[in-house]
Order: sequence, then structure tokens, then C-alpha cells
Amino acid sequence: MPNDTRRPATLVHGVPTRRSATRGRPPRADHRRMPRRVPDPVRALVLAAFLLFFVIPVLWLVLAATKTDEQLVHGDPLAFGSWGALRRNWDALTAYQNDAILLWLRNSALYSFLALVITLGVTIPAGYALAMTEFRGRRTLLVATLVVMLMPNATLVVPLFLEVNAVHLVGSMWSVVLPYSFYPFGAYLTYIYFSTALPRELLAAAKLDGCSEFGAFRRIALPLAAPIVALVGFFSFVANWTNYFLPYVLLPESGQFPVQVGLGTLLSNVPQFNPTAGTLAVHRPELALATLLAITPVLVLFLFSQRFLVTGMLAGASKG
Amino acid sequence: MSTPSVPGDRAGSPSGRRAWWPGRAGHGFVAPYAVLLIAFGVVPTGYAIDFAFTDAAGHFAGLANFTTVAGDFRFAAAGAHVALYLLFWLASLVVLVVGLALLLHNLAARGVGTALRFLYYIPGALAGAASVMVWLFMLDPTVSPAGFLLRTFGLDTFGQVIAPGHLPLVLTGIAFWTGAGGWIVVMHGALNNISPDLLEAARIDGAGRWQIARHIQIPLLRKWIVYMVILAFAVGAQLFVEPQLLSQASNGVAGRDYSLNQLSYDFAFQNDDLGAAAALSVGLLLVSLVVAVLFVVKSGFFDAE
Repeated sequence: MPNDTRRPATLVHGVPTRRSATRGRPPRADHRRMPRRVPDPVRALVLAAFLLFFVIPVLWLVLAATKTDEQLVHGDPLAFGSWGALRRNWDALTAYQNDAILLWLRNSALYSFLALVITLGVTIPAGYALAMTEFRGRRTLLVATLVVMLMPNATLVVPLFLEVNAVHLVGSMWSVVLPYSFYPFGAYLTYIYFSTALPRELLAAAKLDGCSEFGAFRRIALPLAAPIVALVGFFSFVANWTNYFLPYVLLPESGQFPVQVGLGTLLSNVPQFNPTAGTLAVHRPELALATLLAITPVLVLFLFSQRFLVTGMLAGASKG
Repeated sequence: MSTPSVPGDRAGSPSGRRAWWPGRAGHGFVAPYAVLLIAFGVVPTGYAIDFAFTDAAGHFAGLANFTTVAGDFRFAAAGAHVALYLLFWLASLVVLVVGLALLLHNLAARGVGTALRFLYYIPGALAGAASVMVWLFMLDPTVSPAGFLLRTFGLDTFGQVIAPGHLPLVLTGIAFWTGAGGWIVVMHGALNNISPDLLEAARIDGAGRWQIARHIQIPLLRKWIVYMVILAFAVGAQLFVEPQLLSQASNGVAGRDYSLNQLSYDFAFQNDDLGAAAALSVGLLLVSLVVAVLFVVKSGFFDAE
């Protein structure tokens, strides 16, 4: 594990990419690396083009929710519509199947939150035990975790349906919540975290002082685990909130849809996309508004936890 | 008092080794996780294998389900679609993500680099169905802010844009839009781990920016590039939500039975052929597993000890 010396610091402080003081170089060095201060035009052009590519669709989506369908087609694509139109879109959207969008959002929140709680309760102790204790089957469990982690769960959706169907749980919210709760990537991250950030001597000392195995976990490991709890929680929440395939298959009733699946329903009622859409027609700005609502929780999390994200992606990537 | 609970400690507590149940504490900690792993990792896999080799009457079917899938007219097409999509998607990831990460990393104004990285990253929040919604609009010439671009290429209607031949490109665009930012951040972190002294030395020896990238930075990124390709492969092979929603949006014109997972879904829920659906899932699992194991073994990425 050549990177071990670097990892504890990065995870604990949550600032992984900064060239830290351990290098012993003043920050000035960063600027000296650059021979040319003037940005060359080709590079600036490329970066600007990709900036447009990544940002314009998001911007457009935000603005689209404030327009009428008429403005959407004939107006300036990147102009603000009006608050009145936003209000009317909101009313029309919530009128769809009596507040269906709110119900779907509530479902998403409920499923993701329950799964989050179970994931943390299950994954953090497991990662801790994999890293800090010795038991029969430890290596098997670790390898199984790695393999399942790299095996995307979409392949298991249809088999999971067969399994859940066999125990007559199709349509129960637990048929989605429990599979969500199984989060091998989280167990792996926790394992990495504890095996690098928590000195074994500390645990050994605690036990010599009469701390039980569980006591050592609760009094020593858990207080140190805040960064990894946040990280696993974030990834698990985002993964579950954005999941489509599993609830699409396992929760057939509209009243149980999470918002992602609900968006699909709205989509098939937009006449411009589906000419056979019936009397429940949904207009395009309403669909844009619904999409915006559906992504808001994740977007807010993104804005406030970029550092955590960076840390986590590196933790997943830089193990070596 | 504390001795019975010590045995799990690897750090060598004096009384630990000979307790009545070595590793008891460890087992306690992992038990709930192991239950979930079995219930939602192992059992579905076993179930899929069982179904894949069983016919509708519950008898052993040999490879009949597999030949049904292989013989289905949609299978070869879906396989080709996914393969083509993967090719585009992985190529764009490797070339553009590495290129953009290098460009951003060499930027003199660090604040600009940080801001751009973050902005590139934001579409990641729109993963899943939301990204498809956005791109349905982006690809509809009548409402898209890039409508003039689409019309320049002679695409005047939504139907023309999502013609079947364009789908690999369209799907690659959507996947790149949501996924690339995250990988740029990863590559940036990896680039930061390259010693500035090394780059300085190369520069003193007269290496230009391109040579430094080509001979120092990219070789040192290799491990991360492999990691990205493997994970992106695993996710890309499971394509479902994007073509599924496209097909809803185009009334089945584009995207129906486009990917292997969609085909598996249709076998199960349209054709009532659970055996074939399971056989297809098993095949996909096998491919992902082989890739995953190859990765674990070859890359040394997960060497725990």
C-alpha cells in the first residue's frame, strides 16, 4: 500500500487534492510551475466550449420552468420567463393526479432515507470489523465485497424481481429499500478508512484498559468516523435517489413511484413527445419543473459537499 | 472482565488466541452486512442461475434458455448497440477526460481551474432519468438552445435527431455530460500527486508541455485511467434508463429493446419468458464478473495486505 502515508491525512482533513505541507514546498511553487502566464487561445477555447456544454443544459432547465410552452418554442432559449408562468406551471404540475409529484418526492425521500439509515448502521460496523478485527471468513467477505462492488446492480434487477416475487414482496417498499441498503462500495470505503486512519495500538490500549470490543468501536472508532459516515451517507443517498431501474421493476403502482420513475410517467404524457398522450396532457415547462424538483435535493448536496465528494472519489480511486 | 470479548483483536491481546469463539466480535460486526450481501448479492445470482437452466415447467432445460436468447432477432442487435455505445463512451472518456484534466491542471490561474472543475461536475447531480429529460429538450430542434447547431447538420425534427443511427452518439453525449465531471475531478487529484519536482526537472531538460503530458503525466495516470475504464465499462454495459426513456419519448421509434438490459426486461415482462430473461442476466453477470476479477487480479488496485 504505497499510498498509505498520504491517505489518513487526506481523509481526516477532507482536503485531498491540495499539495499539503508534507511536501515542504511553499504555495508559491504552484505558480512557478507555469512557464507561461498568458492562456493560449486554443486551450481557452476548448475549456470554454466544454463549459458551455456542461452548464447550458442546467441553466436552460432552470429557466424553462419559468416559461410557457409558447415561450419555450419561440422565445430566447436562455431568457427568463415570468414568475406568473412559474406559478402556473407549478399549479398545473401539482394538479396532475392530485399532487402526484409531491407524493413521488415524498416516496423518494422515504426510500432513500430509510436505506441511508440501514446502510450506515450495517456498513460502518462491517467496514470497521473488516479493517480492525480478525475473524474466520474475513478475506472471503472482503473479496466478495470487491467483486459485488464492481458488478453493477442493474444486472441483478431482473433476478432480484424473481427473488422478491418468490417471497411475495413485489409492491412492498421494502423490496426497494432493502436492496438499496446493501452498499458494498460503502463497506469498502469504510474498510479503507479505518485501516489507514485508526491506529491499532489505540484499540489495543483501550482493550487493555478494560474496554470491550463493542466499547472500543463505540468510544474510539465511531467518534473518529464522522468523515466516512458523511461520505458513505452521501454516496448512498445520491445513488438511491437517482436509481430508476429497480423501483421501475419492483414498484408497479403509481402511488409508490419514486420521483425518477414518476418523471418517466410525466414524460409519456407530454404530447410533443408522445402524440397518443390522452387527456392528462403534461406541458413541457411542467416537465422541466418536475425535473428540477427531482434533482434539487441532490444538487443542494452537491453544492455543499464538493470536498467530501472529491475525497470519496479519490478514496475509491487511489487505493493502491 | 474484558477478556471474553478480546479474541477478535489482531493486535495481540495476551489472552485472545484461545477463546471459545475466535473472532466473535468481528462476526457480530459484519453479520448484518453479510446477511444483506447474501440476500441481495448471492441469492439473486443463484436465483438467476437456477432460472436460466430451468424451463417453464420447472425441469432442467440445459442450455435451451441461452439458445432462445441467442436466437432471438433482437439479441444480436442489442449486443451490437451496447458494444458500439461502449466503444464511443469509453473512447470519449479516456481522450476527453484526460485531456481536459491536463488542460485544467496546467492552468495558471488556479481559481479558474477550481471553478471550472466544479461547473463541469454539476451535471453529475442530474444522473438517471433527469439527465434524459434535459437532453430530450436539448436534442429537440424546436426548443433547444443549440437548435441552430442541430439545423446546421440538417436535423430539423426531434425524430431526425434521435434516428437509430444517431443513438450511440446521443447516449454517449448524455453519459459524458453526467459522468465526465466526476472523473475529471479524480484525474485532477491524481495529477496533484505527481511530484512538482519531477515536472520541473523535465522542464529544465527542455521538455515542452506536450512532451511532459505524453511522457510523464499520462503514464503516471495509467492506473486511474484503467480504474475509470473498468467502472465505466461495468456501468455502460448495463444501459437501461436512457434508451428506455428515449423510447417512451419517441413512441417506440427509437430505443425500444436497444440495450441488453431492456431486452432482459422485455423477456421477463412482455414475453413472460423468465428463463430467457434470467439467462441473459447470467450472461451479463458473467461478463461483468470476468471484467471485475480481471481488474482485481491484474491491476493490484485492491491489494489489501
